[in-house]
Amino acid sequence: MPMIEIAHVSKWYNPTFQVLKDCTLDVAKGEVVVVCGPSGSGKSTLIKCVNGLEKIDQGTITVDGIRVDAPETNLPKLRARVGMVFQHFELFPHLSVTDNLCLAQMKALGRSRDQAVAKAMALLDRVGLKAHARKFPGQLSGGQQQRVAIARALAMDPIAMLFDEPTSALDPEMIQEVLDVMVDLAREGMTMMVVTHEMGFARSVAHRVVFMDQGEIVEDAPKAEFFGKPRSERAQTFLSRVLVASH
Amino acid sequence: MFSDFDFDVIARSARYLLVDGLGFTLTLTALATAGGVVFGTLLALARLSSLPLLPRVAGLYVNVLRSLPLVLVIFWFYFLVPYIGQWTTGASRPIQVGAFWSALITFTLFEAAYFCEIIRAGIQSIPRGQIAAGQALGLTYAQVTTTIVLPQAFRTMLPVLLTQTIVLFQDTSLVYVISITDLLGAAAKVAQRDGRLVEMYLFAAAIYFVISLTASLLVKRLQARIAIIR
Repeated sequence: MPMIEIAHVSKWYNPTFQVLKDCTLDVAKGEVVVVCGPSGSGKSTLIKCVNGLEKIDQGTITVDGIRVDAPETNLPKLRARVGMVFQHFELFPHLSVTDNLCLAQMKALGRSRDQAVAKAMALLDRVGLKAHARKFPGQLSGGQQQRVAIARALAMDPIAMLFDEPTSALDPEMIQEVLDVMVDLAREGMTMMVVTHEMGFARSVAHRVVFMDQGEIVEDAPKAEFFGKPRSERAQTFLSRVLVASH
Repeated sequence: MFSDFDFDVIARSARYLLVDGLGFTLTLTALATAGGVVFGTLLALARLSSLPLLPRVAGLYVNVLRSLPLVLVIFWFYFLVPYIGQWTTGASRPIQVGAFWSALITFTLFEAAYFCEIIRAGIQSIPRGQIAAGQALGLTYAQVTTTIVLPQAFRTMLPVLLTQTIVLFQDTSLVYVISITDLLGAAAKVAQRDGRLVEMYLFAAAIYFVISLTASLLVKRLQARIAIIR
């Protein structure tokens, strides 16, 4: 059974604009799937549907056997087990770095402050930011903030991680430090769904690459196949543009 | 002309003016602010709620109270509160609550309408992504509201809230319509008793002025201190 199972999902923003068209995609346990595509293709919307931040109109989404779209599902409980990293970090600016990592551990998982702080320190150490534990998010650089955001998601001991364009709001020199953390995570066997344009990241750790355009999943192929010879013309065009831009 | 003034009248009545009068004014301001902020926050959450009827009911309440002069509301509540008490508790006779409680309830309910709009704007100033991040971490609506949205919103809107409190401090002088002895009421009574109208009204004005000005300056300093680093 896949960890994340997206089956025939459609979504409309209003009766005339369909943002997702019959999307079907599985992410197995321990698999890293990169979702790419031009802006406006619906890839961010799709990943936000996985933990129910966006509602779907048709189809089903199942995470670890639990239906995300079912009204009886306890969404907060499910979301506590699925980590998410946002394009604009979304750290809580009124809380210190440590408190950013502890808040949900204590409120949603019921951990004691001591347990939460210990976990937070271990993770900050891991992302190389232990020295900044007492600072506030506004005192950190973009790359540091995004690493804190990853640590905050990992503090919940997630069964899967969702990344929504984690490097596209960063200055170029800060992208690598964030990617390094993500690569480590992928090599440890974390289940990951990553919306990104970082084809270098996809090349090094992705198992599969999914290409979306205009709300449709146009291509879903193993990494080697996708980079070797994409079947669709749209994916080929996109790939040539992205690869030219990044070299 | 100042040689004709007798400012000793202030010293002679200081206790009555400052303890009974100003004491009442400050107590009413503090309690009505606390009550108004709590009720105003609930109203703001109701106005922003996605539930079907709640935003309309809260919106109606706010718009009605904001369309009425405060002095009229004080007057009406003074007569109505005993009957509302009777109606809500099922007592056989109107419940006499006294002028103080009547004033406190009136100011709380009235100011809540103004605080509601300030707090609503504060809540709406929090980026949607902050709420999404809280939800994505598994926090419930109540947890997101109390730990992420309101703490940030209050920091943003504290200056406006405190400014509204200074307005409330001045507005408490309107309790004269129900014959309560606040600072202005005490000054007026001494003025009548000793025939020292000008001295007493100057004194009252000076107290209102000094307290309001000091409070405004404190608000400015506080604003700089609590700003969130972004």
